[in-house]
Amino acid sequence: MHIDPLEKKWMYVVGFMTAVMIGSMAYAAIMLNMHPPSNVETIDPKTLHLSGEFAEDNLGATTNPDGSVTVRMVAARYSFYPQMIEVPADTDVKFRITSPDVLHGVHVPFTNMSTMVVPGYVSEVNTRFSREGEAQFLCNEYCGLGHDYMWSKLKVVPKG
Amino acid sequence: MYDKSKSVALANLWVAFAAFFVAIILGLYQVMNRSGLFPELESHELYFASVSTHGVLMGFVLTTFFIMGFGYYTATTTLKRPLWNKGLAWVAFLVALSGTVMAAIPLLTGKASILYTFYPPLMAHPMFYIGATLLVVGSWIWCLEMIMSVITWRRDNPGKVVPLAMYGTTANAIMWLWTSAGVAIEMLFQLIPWSLGLMDTIDPGLARTLFSWTLHAIVYFWLFPAYIAMYTILPKMAGGRLFSDEMGRVAFIMLLVLSVPIGFHHLYMDPQQSAGFKFLHMLGTFGVAIPTLLTGFTVLASLEGAGRLRGGQGLFGWITALNWKEPMVVAGMLALFMLIAGGWGGMINASYSMNTLVHNTQWVTGHFHLIFAGTTVIMYLAVAYHLWPKLTGRRLASRGMAVFQLWLWMIGMMVLTMPWHVLGLLGQPRRISSTPYDSPLVQQWDPHELAMIVGGAILLFSALLFVLNLLMSHAARKLDSVSDDDWAIAVYPPMSVPKSMNGFVLWNGILTVWMIVAYGIPIVQLLILDAPGSMPWGY
Ligand code: HEM
Ligand SMILES: [Cu+2]
Ligand SMILES: [Cu+2]
Repeated sequence: MHIDPLEKKWMYVVGFMTAVMIGSMAYAAIMLNMHPPSNVETIDPKTLHLSGEFAEDNLGATTNPDGSVTVRMVAARYSFYPQMIEVPADTDVKFRITSPDVLHGVHVPFTNMSTMVVPGYVSEVNTRFSREGEAQFLCNEYCGLGHDYMWSKLKVVPKG
Repeated sequence: MYDKSKSVALANLWVAFAAFFVAIILGLYQVMNRSGLFPELESHELYFASVSTHGVLMGFVLTTFFIMGFGYYTATTTLKRPLWNKGLAWVAFLVALSGTVMAAIPLLTGKASILYTFYPPLMAHPMFYIGATLLVVGSWIWCLEMIMSVITWRRDNPGKVVPLAMYGTTANAIMWLWTSAGVAIEMLFQLIPWSLGLMDTIDPGLARTLFSWTLHAIVYFWLFPAYIAMYTILPKMAGGRLFSDEMGRVAFIMLLVLSVPIGFHHLYMDPQQSAGFKFLHMLGTFGVAIPTLLTGFTVLASLEGAGRLRGGQGLFGWITALNWKEPMVVAGMLALFMLIAGGWGGMINASYSMNTLVHNTQWVTGHFHLIFAGTTVIMYLAVAYHLWPKLTGRRLASRGMAVFQLWLWMIGMMVLTMPWHVLGLLGQPRRISSTPYDSPLVQQWDPHELAMIVGGAILLFSALLFVLNLLMSHAARKLDSVSDDDWAIAVYPPMSVPKSMNGFVLWNGILTVWMIVAYGIPIVQLLILDAPGSMPWGY
């Protein structure tokens, strides 16, 4: 096996670069507890609207005793329900979202709020919004011919 | 003389490029529709039928047929003997072609507008799933042909080193068997029985997991022939030698072992997988950057050698000294340029934490058009220019037009994909056909929507020049002789290599263990979890 000295140097550089990238990722995950939404939890898409936390009356934002906010949403063709969510700025927000029909995805531009919504499962995202004002939830996974029309509003209001 | 199976290679390549040309026209229509500047064009039905067809034609038809055609040429001319079973190559072609036609009918009639990822519980006409499966079955026959050709050659040439191009092609065939197993399981146990009404419900989380098994490594299936051309054709056409044969083998082996068990990076944002397995797949995802970094080095080093042989001086002088009139050289340099431009974007997609910012935005479409439609396809085009005289026995109609066309391809691709990257960062979701959102964001998007139409038009023009050149070549002047030995020679051609670098037994073993951990356990977990199923939905 013949390895050129220059090639060997490059292999060290490549090894170093890879280690740095994996290292920073591992640091963020382990030390800063930054993980993608990975809430393995099931729900029956056929009956979720009938009772329980995703029944219509229970949707929306609720403030928890510790001051954090939980938002329950249903992603269904072609909107996110309720169609307007209000949350305080600089507060821990937990989204719980599920779908009674097909696959959807949701993100709020310029924030860390993003998740897939897979029927049969509940998606959970933990985040904080620092910028006050109006923003949008946009569906980002093809869900049918009306996919473009699938969006709703988010209002971030001053904390207090 | 041995039979080079030229007609079956040519037949496969023509199906590939016919699909490519149809899909490019659809691509231009799509960017026009999306921009909102042509209200009379706008139709959601048409748009999503079009983008489903475009995705299937580019992602599955162009690639599979190109890889099969190139593989037959590679197998016969590197091993210097006929294929293991010539008749079977035609069987593979016919199976794959009938699958393509079967899938095309529902696609073109709007009965399969579920995009090329066909995520359930959206349901298409069963013919779509069956057709797509047949296309894969055809490609499996090709894999068998490649693997058996090498096995019989090695039996007859004990101790000899398998030529690098064929070693890479075999690695790709084996990798594709591993890769396609995920989608095959999804088709046979989920989508087909469900679409035929034999099953009432389906688990979309399991389906996405199986699809992710295929979805990542399939891009390496597409990229492999581009790398093979960079290692084994480009240095020779540049007038130099391959810097290192062994490094090529190392890269091919790493691609085989690393690219399959990492598909969860497509599921970072999914609720049905836990963070631990996503993290594990992230590790492998960064590992698979290594063979690409090695390839970039070896190819550039080979080109530098060629440039210096041609009298290039100084740090960058070798670049201008390269033969910029040779299509393969032009394509190779432009492919590397787009790979570098797109590679850093890939690092962000692959990042366990930063993925959140770009996931399913238009950024992703920009990224994969740049690397796939850019880097990979420009090499396909150059390989076609390289092979056409060898397969037809006639001159290429115009080398000048070929070089011009390749430059246009790169320019068009940059103009198309840079705005897409920006749009993604500006929050635009992917897979939309218009932008009806009531938000000030939409105004920020508009200028970029215009730029991508220009890019699409340049690409269509470039593709037209490409197809014309090939067509005209069939009527060009006959060549007195064609050389089938245009494979690059290494600076130090290996006289012998370790057994592990001449075969794949060890690597298949490692991959088996890794796949049991990376996919076996999560799939069993999903089966135990047994999430409530979903009914089929139209669109
Ligand atoms: C004229 C050049 C091209 C144009 C204008 C174009 C345009 C588009 C557009 C607008 C989409 C929809 C993307 C989305 O909304 O997510 C798309 C999807 C796609 N394109 Fe292209 N494209 C071109 C060339 C290519 C080439 C050369 C390839 C690969 C060889 C390719 C592969 C794909 C694939 C696989 C999809 C499916 C993506 C999905 O379903 O999300 N395209 N293209
Ligand atoms: Cu949608
Ligand atoms: Cu991938």
